[in-house]
Amino acid sequence: MFQNFSEALLELFAVSLWETLVMVGISGALGALIGVPLGVFLRLTDRGGVLENGAVNKTVGWLVNAVRSTPFIILLVAIIPFTRLLTGSSIGTAAAVVPLTIAAAPFVARLVEASLREVDNGLIEAAQAMGATTWQIVWKVLLPEAMPGIIAGLTITLVSLTGYSAMAGAIGGGGLGDLGIRYGYQRFLPDVMLAVVLVLILFVQAVQSLGDWAVRRLSHR
Amino acid sequence: MIRLEHIHQTYPGPQGPVHALRGVDLHIRAGEIFGIIGRSGAGKSSLVRTINLLNRPSQGTVTVAGQVLTALDAAGLRAARREIGMIFQHFNLLSSRTVFDNVALPLELAGLSRAQIRERVSPLLALVGLDTLADRYPSQISGGQKQRVGIARALASRPKVLLSDEATSALDPETTRSILALLQKINRELGLTIVLITHQMQVVKQVADRVAVIEAGRIVEQGSVLEVFTRPQQAITRSLVDEILPQELPASVLDHVRQLQGQLSAAGAGTDGRLLRLSYAGDSAYQPILSQLIRDYQLDLSILHGQIDEIQNQTFGSLAVFVAGTPSHVAAAVEHLRAQGVQVEEVATTHQQD
Repeated sequence: MFQNFSEALLELFAVSLWETLVMVGISGALGALIGVPLGVFLRLTDRGGVLENGAVNKTVGWLVNAVRSTPFIILLVAIIPFTRLLTGSSIGTAAAVVPLTIAAAPFVARLVEASLREVDNGLIEAAQAMGATTWQIVWKVLLPEAMPGIIAGLTITLVSLTGYSAMAGAIGGGGLGDLGIRYGYQRFLPDVMLAVVLVLILFVQAVQSLGDWAVRRLSHR
Repeated sequence: MIRLEHIHQTYPGPQGPVHALRGVDLHIRAGEIFGIIGRSGAGKSSLVRTINLLNRPSQGTVTVAGQVLTALDAAGLRAARREIGMIFQHFNLLSSRTVFDNVALPLELAGLSRAQIRERVSPLLALVGLDTLADRYPSQISGGQKQRVGIARALASRPKVLLSDEATSALDPETTRSILALLQKINRELGLTIVLITHQMQVVKQVADRVAVIEAGRIVEQGSVLEVFTRPQQAITRSLVDEILPQELPASVLDHVRQLQGQLSAAGAGTDGRLLRLSYAGDSAYQPILSQLIRDYQLDLSILHGQIDEIQNQTFGSLAVFVAGTPSHVAAAVEHLRAQGVQVEEVATTHQQD
């Protein structure tokens, strides 16, 4: 087994793993940075929300759905001009982070919105009765109460991004998935393919376990 | 302390607008415990929520502690709400915060320092008897304890008014009594005005000074609890009072009375048998009224049904008695009872009772 693993290939493997970590890590963080506020905004403007506004909620909701329904492989190439504007290049790992982030943000937003919806309206009412501002309701009530759900959602997002990142090879983003396709499939090196899959399984397991542990720590329901 | 004037509230509903409140006028005095009772859907929750403007009424003005809340801007309203504590049926505690931090929440919102918060929260936890549970999470304590946290939290910002929205409805009778006793203690020790919404007459009876009965968005009756209990005017009030002091006579008693009346009329003229309900409250409860009737009016008298209870340290009760005697004596006896402050009404014994 693994007889094809020359030193050069091993190095390539390490580089690819690092590229995957970079793509998933950065797009996950940026996706959360955009997605969490977006989810909060969707919850606040929804019917019965503190800033109820049907028109705005529908518009933003439609936009979120539009991005979410675009297949990632199409999103990847469709936004190339935008990617080039931001990173100066349309190929490479940095360039792959842009579409991954754009895919992650609305995904995070919907998951965050769903976990915020789980927070009992009575708690918001209680905070209002105490004289809380909207900002305070978000920071002191909504986000802390929904935190276990939000963390669970971010975990799901990281796992999904790991899958998406395999497609980044299409624009030269590199990463483990790309390695598996180019060496494992196109050069017919089954042991490379197997190694890629095993490492990805371990990676996803680690992310999920870490997420579950954090949820358990945070949850006091 | 609280003045509601011409409050109307309409919500959009699936079948056109729902008129939840239809012209409510209410004046709640400083330092009293005021009960608002009604069946579900009567508008009680809407009403209590207009006091701190969680529900903004479609029409009317709300004045609390001299401040016209309906005229305030958002910032002014937030400041005014800190003077009004509120507790809820389902407690509404933050599951992510400990008991201590839940009570600290309104103080954090008001921008107090960590040291000031500690200084205020500890005595409050002692007041509600939870000082040993400060580090527990709400999921680790009982329902009664949760409501005590709710009460401590509501008191944290030192309000003048406490609103209680069905605060004991999710609790068992024993816990309900202890929570009500705590509210009463707070009312006395802190001079807090308390408005409590409930569908349980028992709650009103145990703690309230005055009560208003709400039905279909209107206040249909109000007065001191003793007054409303002993002289309910409206059908809804009677049925609410009836839940804890049943007025309806059992069928077996009525059957018995009909038999007695039959025997009397068969025996010939000269003797009248009537079923009377005597209601009395306060001083008249202690007079030897019945023995006077027997002695002074030569009546035969049987007590068929009755109950005696106490509200705000005042005894009140009602007795169903069957009196037999000459018509003139019976009439004179009824006059005498009324002169003593006893309410007398004749109970029909025909089958169309209910």
